[in-house]
Amino acid sequence: MSVLAVTNVSKTFTAGGMFRAIGKEKRAVDQLSFCLEAGETLAIVGESGSGKSTTARLAMRLLKADNGRIEWNGVDVTSLGGRALRQRRNHIQMVFQDPFASWNPRMKIWETVAEGLRVHRSDLSKQQRRDLVAETLHLCGLDASGMDRYPNQFSGGQRQRIGIARALIVEPAVLVLDEPVSALDVSVQAQILNLLKDIQQAKGLAYLFISHDLSVVSHIADRIAVMFDGRIVEQGRAAEVFEHPHHPYTRALLDARPIAHPSQRQHGEIDSREDKTGEGMAASGCAYQPRCPYAASDCAVFDGRLNSHGFACLHPLTEHK
Amino acid sequence: MLEIRDLSLTVSIDGRRVEAVSAVSLQLEAGRVLGLVGESGCGKSLTAQAILRLGEHQGVEKCCGDILLDGNSLFEMDDESLRRIRGGRISMVFQEPMTALNPVFSIGSQITEVIRLHLDMDKQQAHARAVQLLRDVGMQDAEQILKQYPDSLSGGMRQRVLIAMAMAADPDYIIADEPTTALDVSVQKRIITLLLNLQKKRNLGLLLVTHDFGLVAEMCDDVAVMYAGQIVEAGKVADIFDHPAHPYTRALMGCRPEISEPGKSLTVISGQVPPPGQWPQGCHFADRCSLVQPDCMQNPVEATAWQQGKHLARCLYVDIPVDASGDEHDRDHRT
Repeated sequence: MSVLAVTNVSKTFTAGGMFRAIGKEKRAVDQLSFCLEAGETLAIVGESGSGKSTTARLAMRLLKADNGRIEWNGVDVTSLGGRALRQRRNHIQMVFQDPFASWNPRMKIWETVAEGLRVHRSDLSKQQRRDLVAETLHLCGLDASGMDRYPNQFSGGQRQRIGIARALIVEPAVLVLDEPVSALDVSVQAQILNLLKDIQQAKGLAYLFISHDLSVVSHIADRIAVMFDGRIVEQGRAAEVFEHPHHPYTRALLDARPIAHPSQRQHGEIDSREDKTGEGMAASGCAYQPRCPYAASDCAVFDGRLNSHGFACLHPLTEHK
Repeated sequence: MLEIRDLSLTVSIDGRRVEAVSAVSLQLEAGRVLGLVGESGCGKSLTAQAILRLGEHQGVEKCCGDILLDGNSLFEMDDESLRRIRGGRISMVFQEPMTALNPVFSIGSQITEVIRLHLDMDKQQAHARAVQLLRDVGMQDAEQILKQYPDSLSGGMRQRVLIAMAMAADPDYIIADEPTTALDVSVQKRIITLLLNLQKKRNLGLLLVTHDFGLVAEMCDDVAVMYAGQIVEAGKVADIFDHPAHPYTRALMGCRPEISEPGKSLTVISGQVPPPGQWPQGCHFADRCSLVQPDCMQNPVEATAWQQGKHLARCLYVDIPVDASGDEHDRDHRT
């Protein structure tokens, strides 16, 4: 049984606020399906606006799906709400890109970390809660002596460790990590990635890891799902996706990784008119058409479904070699 | 040429003045890209901002050294000359494209403001130039963009607008402070290519401030690595990548996920950059260095402690043989 199963989930946002009647609709996530097994890491990669953060929030049940089904450990939580949902939240917890932004600056660190215990372990005394916080902070590589300090007294890397501790304290089976290292220095990023791996091994946690950075993902993911315009366009074992990408968009993401050595530079004179990164999505057929070097006439009527090999493309890269 | 000469800056911490940048020297020539690399809190942004004498109203003070533009000290200039240099001869691209743009003015009015401040143009001419600038940075529907406000643009678009603004008065030097850190990887590549194309076409001197050696590999001709207020290593990009001399440089390079084997643990630098006022007395990196020796702790290490041509490193123990992979374990038997 999967610790998290998402089946045919869609979510549409209506822009325009109070003028909703004339607002535009944006389909953020379209017919998305994936599942996550205990102890594994599934990375969802894509650019800004591809729907990966919406996916995270849907899986967390911070957002309600328009249709489809979301299961935590086999229990359907799609339309759960209120107390019933809150009591189940210890199953799945979230770590944000900038956890600091969501904390009360006037609460001490130990109170911030212990907040989840109020719902899930209300039987504990204050001292027991403090002990549990100290233990969890220690697991995340922080010295418990800092637990009576305030959030602004910690560096970016320490805050991210605290954010992880806060998620771990209710002993979840799944962590949803939304760009957890994107805002950090390279040196701190490496520390946090190693920490996440250690915790996963120690606790058998499953990670849903959201990122735009494939070089980061290569270090943590067992499986990868590449999202574009609200859909998964390619998925598979991490090593296979890296070695043999099928979808042209996956290739584009791989090519965007930073190079390791100056000798690998390939800066041609790029004609700005050929810069298609800013192009919109196609209205029908494969959404990637306007940016795709291999787009053909049949792409306009393609339904965009993943095939049995785990990619959604009529003219995959393997064909062009 | 833009030259920083022995620049030291102090900041105020708990009412005490402490040194945050210590005797930094850098040279930026037209047509070259210089990378200033280091972790957060090493003083690289302070150094970069000091070139335009920014940060002074936030309590950053120069205690010694000088910054020279074609031989003229920026610290001896009156406000009017300085204003003409800011944006006119040296301009800046900031990290946060949202905070660097004013949300209540249209893109057009913000770009034309810069143009008219530095160039003798009327409204129509300035508008035409703004359109051209936006096209140069790859925005084809420039007329449309000029009417929009910053909040309706994506992060990558905003960064393009900032680059266009930096180019507005045809400067000779651009200082780019983490220009791509807030962006998606795919957008990052485009912005890098754009900056490099402009730099080559106009023979600009570009100072790139970054924590990411990946960006240095992509862009720079020369590199200066900064740690706790000091330049610890400087040289040509190929030399630095092929023969990194300072342990800090090697450690920072080793952290990058793109160079380590997938699935393996990443190399880390333990601990944190010591804040100004708490720098060790000897080598600033001593307490985090995996190769530290007793005499590293005793006396300040000279910037030229190790030298090979123009490649310098502030380290007493560079000449220890190291295998090609830079593996630290083979270096333990040196004493």
